[in-house]
Amino acid sequence: MTNHYIDFRNADVILNMGGNVAENHPVSFKWIQEAKNRGAIFIHVDPRFTRTSTKADIFARLRSGTDIAFLGGMIKYILDNNLYDEFYVKNYTNASFMVNPKYSFDDGLFSGYDPSKRSYDASTWALEKDENGIPKRDMTLQDERCVFQLLKKHYSRYTLEKVTAITGTPQSDLEKVYAAYAATHAPDKAGTVLYAMGWTQHTVGVQNIRAMSIIQSLLGNMGIAGGGVNALRGESNVQGSTDAALLFHILPGYLPAPREQWQTLEDYHKTTPATKDPRSVNWWKNRPKYLASLLKAFYGDKATKENDFGYSWLPKLDKTQDASWLNLFDEMYKGTFTGFFAWGMNPACSSANAGKVRQALAKLDWMVNVNVFDSETGSFWKGPDTDPKKIKTEVFQLPCAAFMEKEGSISNSGRWMQWRSKCAHPPGDAMPDGEIMYDLFKKVQALYKKEKGSLPDPILNLKWDYETDGKFDVHKVAKEINGYFLEDIPEHPVDKKEYKKGTLVPSFVYLLDDGRTSSGNWIYCASYTEAGNMAVRRKKDDPTGLGLYPQWSWSWPVNRRIIYNRASVDLEGKPRNPNRALLKWDAENKKWVGDIPDGPAPPMGTEGVYPFIMKPDGVASIFGPGLKDGPFPEHYEPLECPIEKNLMSNQRINPVIKIFEGGPDTFATCDPRYPFVCTTYRVTEHWQTGVLTRWLPWLLETEPQMFCEISQELAKLRGIENGEKVFVESPRGKVWAIAIVTPRLKPFVIAGQTVHLVGIPWHFGWLHSKDVGVNANRLTPTVGDPNTMIPESKAFMVNVTKASQEPAKKAGKA
Amino acid sequence: MSVVTRRDFLRISGVAAAGLTLSRLGFDLTPAQVYAAELRRDLRIKGAKETPTICCYCSVGCGILVSTDAKGKVINAEGDPDHPISEGALCAKGAASYQIAVNENRLTKVRYRAPYSDKWKEVSWEWALDKIAANVKRSRDASFAEKNAEGKVVNRTNGIASVGSAAMDNEECWLYSKMLRALGLVYIEHQARI
Repeated sequence: MTNHYIDFRNADVILNMGGNVAENHPVSFKWIQEAKNRGAIFIHVDPRFTRTSTKADIFARLRSGTDIAFLGGMIKYILDNNLYDEFYVKNYTNASFMVNPKYSFDDGLFSGYDPSKRSYDASTWALEKDENGIPKRDMTLQDERCVFQLLKKHYSRYTLEKVTAITGTPQSDLEKVYAAYAATHAPDKAGTVLYAMGWTQHTVGVQNIRAMSIIQSLLGNMGIAGGGVNALRGESNVQGSTDAALLFHILPGYLPAPREQWQTLEDYHKTTPATKDPRSVNWWKNRPKYLASLLKAFYGDKATKENDFGYSWLPKLDKTQDASWLNLFDEMYKGTFTGFFAWGMNPACSSANAGKVRQALAKLDWMVNVNVFDSETGSFWKGPDTDPKKIKTEVFQLPCAAFMEKEGSISNSGRWMQWRSKCAHPPGDAMPDGEIMYDLFKKVQALYKKEKGSLPDPILNLKWDYETDGKFDVHKVAKEINGYFLEDIPEHPVDKKEYKKGTLVPSFVYLLDDGRTSSGNWIYCASYTEAGNMAVRRKKDDPTGLGLYPQWSWSWPVNRRIIYNRASVDLEGKPRNPNRALLKWDAENKKWVGDIPDGPAPPMGTEGVYPFIMKPDGVASIFGPGLKDGPFPEHYEPLECPIEKNLMSNQRINPVIKIFEGGPDTFATCDPRYPFVCTTYRVTEHWQTGVLTRWLPWLLETEPQMFCEISQELAKLRGIENGEKVFVESPRGKVWAIAIVTPRLKPFVIAGQTVHLVGIPWHFGWLHSKDVGVNANRLTPTVGDPNTMIPESKAFMVNVTKASQEPAKKAGKA
Repeated sequence: MSVVTRRDFLRISGVAAAGLTLSRLGFDLTPAQVYAAELRRDLRIKGAKETPTICCYCSVGCGILVSTDAKGKVINAEGDPDHPISEGALCAKGAASYQIAVNENRLTKVRYRAPYSDKWKEVSWEWALDKIAANVKRSRDASFAEKNAEGKVVNRTNGIASVGSAAMDNEECWLYSKMLRALGLVYIEHQARI
C-alpha cells in the first residue's frame, strides 16, 4: 500500500475492484464505513455480488479477466471529458515526456515484438532525452509524441460500446462508475482504490494495477491522504516476508538478486539507477550503501572491502533465469531438486495446478515441512490415489509455535511494523520458526566445519550469532535488520556528528558503502534504534488529525505513513487540499510539518526536486517502459477464455506469457467441454488453504465444506438444485462441491453470447475435515503474469455437472 | 462444573417465566449460587495476564489481547480496544484465535516419514535436525555449481528449493532469507507469488 488502512476514511470515493474487502479484510471495512458516514461514495466492481457489494453505493459486474477494458474505458472517459488534474498531470507525472519516434502500437502489439521469442525488444519504448540527458518535455501536452497524446490515442479505442461488449457491464453502470470516480480529479477530493488477488491473479495482473495507477496519476490521487493504490494483501506478514526477499528475484530491501552478468560488486553497481536530471532525487542512487550494509549484516567481519564484502558468495542466477513459483514446481516435477523446504506453507493446496505439485513432491529425496497443524503437503504421500509404498520422499514434519507463542514483528499492508509479544508457550515440542532455523543452520555450519564440502565459505563465514545467555534472541535479529555502526565515526558525512562503534544506526540516511555500517534491510533501518524498539510503541497521538498515529508501532520507510506525500502539496509546499493537509512547508523554520516527507528537500518550486523520489525521472509513470508486456495496459483475454476473438485486437492472449505445455499442463479455450468461466475466492471464516482454520471447530462449523456458486440460470441449464452435489471439472482435474444456486451470480452477455461464471473457494483439502471436498487448485492452470509469474487463478474454464441421482449431502445456502 | 453467569440465569429465568421450569438446567440454582459462580469466574479473569499481539490472518494487522491463567495456559483471546486500526473488533477468524492455542490437533511432536513408509514416526529435535542438516549438505554438495554453462561464477545450489513463509515474523523471514542465500539457493519463493 502507498497509504494505510485508517486512511480509507479520508477518501471521497473508494473503489474496491479485484477484491472483496468486506469478507476478506472485514475489520478494515470500519474505515470504509467511516468514510461513508462522512459522505464518501463506495464503489464495488466485481464478477460476483458479495457482501462488499451489499454496502456499495454503486455495484458494477464485470466478466472475470476484463479489468483493463473496464479501466481503459475510464481513462478514455477522463480524457474525453477533461476530468484530469491538469496541474498534477503536468508537474508530477511523465505525461509531458516525449517518447521515442519509433514507438508504435498496432492491432494489439507494441513495437519491437519478436513472435519466435514471444517477447519484446523494449528499446523503442524509451523516453527521449536531450543532449544533456534530461527528458524532453512538451508542457503544453500537445505534441503527438508526448505521453499524454499517446495515452489519448491508445485508449481512444476503449469506447463504452466496446468495453460493454468485452466486460458484459451495462453502459449505464460504466458511466456511473466513471463519473463518480473521475470526480476525484478536483484537488480537494481524494479517490482511493483497494485491490487484492482479483487483480494480480491474471495473465495481465501487473497491467491491471498499472491501468489504475494511470488513473490515479491523471486524477492527482497519488501521495495524498485518502488516495493511493492500495493492495489488500492476504497474509498478516506477506508485506514483511516480501521486504525480506523470500522471493528469487530480490535481496532484502528490494535490491535486485545477483545474476551471472554481474560477477563483481562493480558490475552490480553499474546497474544502479541513474539520472542526469538534477531535479530528480532518484533515491535508488543510494543502492550501493544498502548492499554493502546488507553484506556486512550477512558476513560480519568476513566481509571486507578487499573481498567485495563477500559479494561473490551470494548465489547468482543465470542471465535471464526466472526461478519463480510456477517454474520452481515445474523443475521439481522434472526432477531437478533432491531437497525441498515447505516452511509455513501448504503448496499441495495453494499452488495453481496443485495436482502437478503433488506429483512433483514425489520426485524429491527429502522434504521439510514446518507448520502449526498437519497439512496436505506434509502428508502428501498418503493423499487420495497415492500409494505410500511407491513414494520415496523422506518427510520431516516440524511443529512450530503459533503467532501468540513467540515474539517478533510483522508488517501489515499499510507497512506498519507491529510487535507481537509472547503470550504463551508453544505446546509439546513445538518451537518458534526462528529457533528451528537457528538450530538447523548451526548444525549445517558444524558439518561443513568438520567435513568441508562444496564452497564452504558462505556457510562458515555467515554471521550467525543471535543468542543471549545461550538462547535464541529475536531482538538481536531485529537490531541486525536495523543495523549498526561497525566503527567509530568521528564525523558522519550526513550531519558531521559522532557515532560510536556498536550503536544502532538512526536511519538509512546514515548507511555507508564502505563497510562501516551494517543493515540487514535498509528499509527497516530506523525501526530499532538507540531510542528502542519502535514497533512496540503504543502511543496514539494524532497531530495531523488524519489518523496517521506516528507513535503507534512504526512504518517503513522512516515512519512515513503515506508514500510520495510530496505530491500532496503545490510548488510552494502548500497543501493542495487544505482540509486534509498531509504535509506543509513551514517557510519560516524551513521545515516540513505533518507526515515524514519523502526527503527533506524544500518544496519543488520551479527549480526544486520532483516528488516521486523512487522513480529515476522523479515523476509518476503514466507511460511505463519497464514492463515485459508494454508501456500501456492493453486488454487481452485470459489464457483460457470463452470467446474466440479478442474484441480489441487480433492478439487473443497476452503475447509474452510463458506457455507451459505437456504432462499435467493442459489448457482449453473455447472448448465446448469446458464452457464456463471459473474464479476462485475466499470466505470470511477460512483463510488460504484452511491450513489453520480447517482445524478450528468454531470456523469449520460455520463453513464446513467445498461449494460451488452458480447462477439460477446456469442451475436451470444443468438441472442442478440448490444443495446438490456437483462436479466441477477443468482440463487439469475434477473436484466435487455442493451447489449454491444464487441470484448473486448472473450470466454475462459477451459479444452477443451468454457466458456463465461460477465461483469456488480454495480453502478445502482432503486431509481435514474428512469428505468435505478437495482443493480448488486442482483445477487452476499453470500460467502466470509475464512480469510477476503470479498464476491466473481468477479466470479459467470449467464444466459443472450434476454429480448423480444421489440425494444432496447437505443443504447449501441461498 | 458448569458455570452459569447472572446474564445466563436471567435469560433462562425469563424463559421459565414464559412457561418452562428451571429443571431444564439440570440442577437447582439460587441467585446466591449464581453470584458465587460468577465471582469465581471473575476471580479467574482477574488473575489472568493479558498480553497484546497481532492477528495472524489477513494483512489488516488487528490487535488481539490474549489472556493466560497463572499456569500460562491461554484462556481467552479477544480484540484489543486500544488498537487504532481494529478498535477492539475482530472478524470471525481473529475471534477464533483462542482455538489455535488450545487445540488437540496441534502438531506437538517432530515427525518423520521414512521413504516408502506408510506412517509417521515421532522423533526428537536433535535426531531430525541432524538428519536434515546431513541431507542439506549432501544435496548441496551434489548439486553445487561454482560456474554455470557460460563459465561464469554463480556459486549456487541447484538441487534444493524453498517456499515460505508469510506466516513468519519479520525477524524469522530475514533470518531464513539469510540462511537460504548462504546455502546457495536461488529457488526461493513464498506466498507473495501466488
